[in-house]
Order: sequence, then structure tokens, then C-alpha cells
Amino acid sequence: MTIAGHKHAAPPGAVDLLNIDALYSEEERMIRDTVRAFVRDRVLPNIAEWFEEGLLPRELGTELGRLGLLGMHLHGYGCPGASAVAYGIACMELEAGDSGVRSFASVQGSLAMFAIHRWASEEQKQLWLPRMARGEALGCFGLTEPDFGSNPGDMRTHARRDGSDWIITGTKMWITNGGIADVAVIWAQTDEGIRGFAVPTTAKGFSAHGIERKLSLRASVTSELVLDNCRVPAECAFPEVRGLRGPLACLNEARYGIIWGTMGAARACYETALDYAKHRVQFDRPIAGYQITQEKLVNMLLELNKGTLLALHIGRMKDEGRAHPTHVSFGKLNNVREALKIAREARTILGANGVTLEYPVIRHMNNLESVLTYEGTSEVHTLILGQHITGENAFM
Amino acid sequence: MKIVVTVKLVPDTNAAKRIDPATKRLVRTGLETVLNPFDEYAIEAALQLKEKLGGDTTVTVFTMAPETGKETIRKALAMGADDAVMLSDAGLEGSDVWATSYAMAQALKKTGFDLLIAGGLADDGNTGGVPGALAEYLGVPALTNVRKIEEAGDGKIRAQRETDSGYQVVSGPLPSLITVTMAVGEPRYASLKGIMGAKKKTIVTLMLADLGLDRAVGTDGAKTEVLEISAPKPREKARVVEAADGASGAQAIFDFLREKKLI
Ligand SMILES: Cc1cc2nc3c(=O)[nH]c(=O)nc-3n(C[C@H](O)[C@H](O)[C@H](O)COP(=O)(O)OP(=O)(O)OC[C@H]3O[C@@H](n4cnc5c(N)ncnc54)[C@H](O)[C@@H]3O)c2cc1C
Ligand SMILES: Cc1cc2nc3c(=O)[nH]c(=O)nc-3n(C[C@H](O)[C@H](O)[C@H](O)COP(=O)(O)OP(=O)(O)OC[C@H]3O[C@@H](n4cnc5c(N)ncnc54)[C@H](O)[C@@H]3O)c2cc1C
Repeated sequence: MTIAGHKHAAPPGAVDLLNIDALYSEEERMIRDTVRAFVRDRVLPNIAEWFEEGLLPRELGTELGRLGLLGMHLHGYGCPGASAVAYGIACMELEAGDSGVRSFASVQGSLAMFAIHRWASEEQKQLWLPRMARGEALGCFGLTEPDFGSNPGDMRTHARRDGSDWIITGTKMWITNGGIADVAVIWAQTDEGIRGFAVPTTAKGFSAHGIERKLSLRASVTSELVLDNCRVPAECAFPEVRGLRGPLACLNEARYGIIWGTMGAARACYETALDYAKHRVQFDRPIAGYQITQEKLVNMLLELNKGTLLALHIGRMKDEGRAHPTHVSFGKLNNVREALKIAREARTILGANGVTLEYPVIRHMNNLESVLTYEGTSEVHTLILGQHITGENAFM
Repeated sequence: MKIVVTVKLVPDTNAAKRIDPATKRLVRTGLETVLNPFDEYAIEAALQLKEKLGGDTTVTVFTMAPETGKETIRKALAMGADDAVMLSDAGLEGSDVWATSYAMAQALKKTGFDLLIAGGLADDGNTGGVPGALAEYLGVPALTNVRKIEEAGDGKIRAQRETDSGYQVVSGPLPSLITVTMAVGEPRYASLKGIMGAKKKTIVTLMLADLGLDRAVGTDGAKTEVLEISAPKPREKARVVEAADGASGAQAIFDFLREKKLI
């Protein structure tokens, strides 16, 4: 139908209904395509097995490095210096494969490399960053402790000077990539407040222990780090930064990537459910023909498109230097929540098939439970936003 | 050495396609354009050779395609090619293998090359006719189905040609044209640095007026005409034999093979 000379546009697709694609630059679309192709070829054929076995092959790191995805938004030291939006798009495509793969890249690039890039001395940057960008050296980020998760400011790990060296003692818990890292960024109490250290994992007194029996993020190494009078030379300490400002700057980067990543996981679930519903026949008709299934799919479609728009909006603000940490909290809170809802809804559409690794849905659903918790729990982000709008601190 | 790779831009290889019964042409609207998959192997072979030879070896990608294909051809630059040449002109629409090859050859004479690498087959047109015709128009030898380039340089090329039973080692002079098979190696992914560097690389556009052709191309120059298009016959329904047990199932298979005179 034509209304007053206005032709209807071509019908939009069933996934990117809002044609968000058209809002990306040519370069951004190319980055999406290359990461998507990599995930299709290297991750999707193997991920169910990796998830089941509870492993992530080490060589994936070098492959991601060759693609330039490790520390891709950092400048210099062998990093490509891509925009925040480009980095977000890469996170989205990686997480459409698996949250474990995206976590690997987030921890390496946004936590470990970012911390060194932002806070370490020039020599330490030269020492670690080029090798980390190539995926030849891996990093992890040790902030959380067994007794201090949402409240890292009270951490017990401490570092004291001994001559020009530092001696670090304490335990870090739930550390992604811990067992495979070459360098651990460790945050510890000192006489001058919380300080950060780039600790080589070969340092005497450093050990990592795998955390087994996870039912979420299984294709990801999670470890406990024990520092038992671990001695490191003075140059390992980040020279200037003191206090929680150090780790929080890094968390803000990784949280930003999650805003995009979760929409990748959600997209994979929605696409799977849509396809399944069109082909699964019950009572002589595809289940996509039933109103309840359609409502589920449409709700998923709405939140997927809205969440992706939100990610892009915050990404553009970040590239323009206008993104505040509360924007990142807003995005992380909303998009993890909606991705989880989408994953759970998708699972119901797949019926019994929804509980197997033959389909990606329950894997994403379980993974997202970790994503809900790390990088600031949903409660913590709610309190950050709550404090921002009311002026009242409800944390304690 | 100057390596030129011919790259066709084809509709998304996974998308469902439709032929317009009136024009007997593929309906391209709404289909995303991608690099012809075989040509990605040709690019890979060229980049490997460039890495091996080093020095002033360059890789140029060449395509005959509408200007809207620029974004797609940039992917070849992101993979590592140095520059691109596009032959784009509305007058080329409707070209068949003959006209396509003729127009491409005239443009390639302008571009110049020591080694021309083509994929063996385009995913859409699927004739495999262009490379041979190109070699003819350009007056250079064609070494087809190359699985490995052993040596290239100093006016010579030596390569392994895949055959049904093994491979032949063949050699020829340069300039030459080769077509490659998938055995040359999996095409690399465009890296972030490659992608970000691609926008600074040049894409030269040639038009028909730049070539000074003495024959017609496009629909007027086509020597072939598609007379009729029909869908392949649907396969006969498989015969399903319900067997009570293994033994009678085996007997049924035996009887079937005997009936077909296969045993
Ligand atoms: C798979 C995985 C990987 C991880 N990787 C890393 C890593 O690489 N590096 C790292 O440092 N950490 C990592 N973590 C740890 C993660 O950041 C913490 O688990 C998270 O900060 C929550 O801490 P907690 O588990 O101790 O929970 P707690 O802080 O004990 O929280 C328990 C519950 O109480 C709620 N709560 C806490 N305080 C308040 C409050 N004031 N008001 C209301 N509710 C509150 C929380 O929201 C939560 O629901 C990882 C976790 C997981 C699961
Ligand atoms: C449905 C259909 C209808 C058609 N209708 C007509 C028609 O009405 N009239 C008509 O004249 N022709 C028609 N054609 C033919 C069409 O023009 C051919 O696709 C074209 O001539 C190229 O041949 P090909 O695709 O078979 O390439 P192939 O010979 O299979 O390609 C082999 C290699 O040659 C190179 N190559 C081929 N084409 C290009 C290119 N454009 N740019 C750069 N490199 C290239 C690539 O390296 C490729 O791997 C039709 C084709 C189809 C599929």
C-alpha cells in the first residue's frame, strides 16, 4: 500500500528488525563479519564439547591474538586502537559463541591489559602488552577474595615492602584465566592504601588452583590464586594509583563489553528458538503458529533489539567521551537481565531439547548466571543507580 | 612481482535465491554481496606468495562489479591485498562469459600483472568459463587447478596441478594465469589491523570509456542467451522397506541390489 506517495520500505529481517546494522560504519560491519566467521568456524563446532569437558583450549588465545581482538581498544604496544563500538561488536559476536570465550577476551583485554596499559610503568607495559596482544602471554585480574566480593575495598590481601621488593600475601577467588595466566594483576592493601601489582605467575610463592564443578561458564578457566609471601621486584607495583579507583577503572571497561556481549548470547538464543518454533510440529502445526509461542518470540525480539540499541548508544557515548560509569551500570543491569529472560524463554520453546548441549540455549542460560554475578552483581548496579538518582547510599 | 587476483562479488552463498522468470536473471535485490568463496582461496594463495617472496611484491584485487560492491571488495584489502581495481559501468550489465572475459581482459591489460590468479568457479554463474577465456584474450598460458605454487619469479612459475589421481608438476613463463583449488590453504580472516588499514588503501575505478573497446559488451555483446530456466527435477521418493527383523531387512536390501543388477 502506498500512502500519499510514501512507499513502504523493504520488509525488515526477523532478527535485526530495527536495522541497527545500518547504524554501523563499514569498518564496524567488517569487524563484525570477521569475528562472526571466526566464531562460526572455530568456536561453534567445538563449544559443546569444551563446555562439557570444562576447558578452553590455550591456542584460542593465539588465534584471537592473530585476529587482533586482545586489547583491541587500546592504543600502542601492538594494540590496534579500535573504537569502543568496534570492541563492543567483537564482544557481541564472541558471546554469541559462548560467554566463556568473551570472558577470556574481556579479562585479557579489558582487565589485565587495560590495567597494565593504564597504571603500570613504561617498562612493564613494554614487557607485557605486545606479547599479550598477540595472545602469547595471558593475563588475569585478581580483585575478588573468598570473603570480599561486592565489597572489595575491605580486601585482606596485603603487600609490604622488603628493601626495594614487595612481599604479597593473601588469597584471590573466582579469578578468570587464573590457572593459565603468565601475569596476574593483583590488588592488595598497603600502608598507602590499595595498590596494584603485575605479578609474574612464575614468582615464588604464587600458585593457582582450579575451581571445579562449576555449572556455568564451563568453557572458561576459573581459579583461586594463593600468594604466600610472594616476592616481586619494585617495578611490578603500579607507580601512581592508590585506592579502589585503580581496579574500578578496569571494571568499567569490562562491564561495558558485557552490555554488548549479553546481546550476542541473547541473539543466539532467539535465533535458535525462532528456527525451532518454525520447524517443530505439535498438534499438526508448527509451534510458531500458537499465540503463546508468538508472544514469547515477540517479547524476545523487542528486548533483543532494544538492548542492542542501548549497547550502541552507550558505545557511541563512550567514543565521544560522554559515557559515565552510571551509563555502564544502566547497560549492564538491563542487558544481562534481559538476556537471561530471553535465554530462559528460548529454553521453554525448545522443550526437552532445550536442556541439552545439542542446542546452545541452556549453555547460554547457565553462562549468563555468571555474567549476572561478576563485574558487579545486578544488586550492586541497582544500588549504584539508586544512589545516583536519590543521593542516598543504600550499600551499607 | 605484481600479482593480480580476479575476485567476483556474488550474492551471499547461504541465502535462498530466486530467478526472475521474465529476465531469466538472478534476483539480487535484498541479497548481501560476498567475495566469491573460491576467490578467497585465490587471495590466500597470492598473500602466501607475497609473504614468501617479500621485497616489492604486491597483490592487487580486480573485480568487475557495480560500484555498490566497494564495501565487499574492501574485505579483500582487509585480508591483506595492497590495492584494488574495480571495473564498473552500467554498460556491462548483461555480459555473458564472452563479454565479461573480454572486458576484464582489456582492463587487466591496463592494470598489468606478472601473475594473474583466479578462483576456479563463481558461486553464482558457475560456468568456470571466465579464467580460460581471460588467458586467451590476454595471450598468456593458463595453469589450472593449482594446489601449490612451488616457485614464482624471474619470469617463471612452477606449480602443482591437482588431478583426479594425484598431481602434476607444471611450469610456465610469466606472465601467466593460474586458477587455484581449495588445497592452497584456508583463507585467512581479516584481522582488526587489516580492517582498520583497509580504508587507507586505494580502490581505482575503471569505466568502459577508459578501456577503448572495439567490441560491444553488456547485453548487446553477449553471445549467449538464456532460453529457458527450469528447476531440477525433484528426486524420486525413496522406497521405504519396513522389515520385521534384521534378517528380512538384509534380504530386502539384497533383493533390491539384485534387481538393479548391482550384485
Ligand atoms: C565465573 C566467574 C568468574 C569470575 N571472574 C573474576 C575475575 O576474573 N576477577 C575477579 O576479581 N573476580 C571474578 N569473579 C568474582 C565476581 O566478581 C564476584 O563473584 C562478585 O563480585 C560477587 O561477589 P561474591 O560472589 O562474593 O558475592 P557477594 O558479594 O557475597 O554477594 C552475594 C549476594 O549478596 C548481594 N549483596 C552484596 N552486597 C549487597 C548490598 N550492599 N546490598 C544488597 N545486596 C548485596 C549480592 O548482590 C549477591 O546477590 C568471578 C565470578 C564468577 C562467578
Ligand atoms: C541465472 C543466471 C543468468 C544469467 N543470465 C545471463 C544473461 O541473461 N546474459 C548474459 O550474458 N549472461 C548471463 N549470465 C552469466 C553471467 O554473466 C556470468 O556469471 C559471468 O559471465 C561470469 O561467469 P561465471 O559467473 O560463470 O564465472 P566463472 O567462470 O565460474 O568464474 C571463474 C573465476 O573467474 C573470475 N571471475 C568471474 N567473473 C568475474 C568478475 N565479474 N570479476 C572478477 N573476476 C571474475 C573469478 O576469479 C572466478 O572465480 C547469467 C548467469 C546466471 C547465473
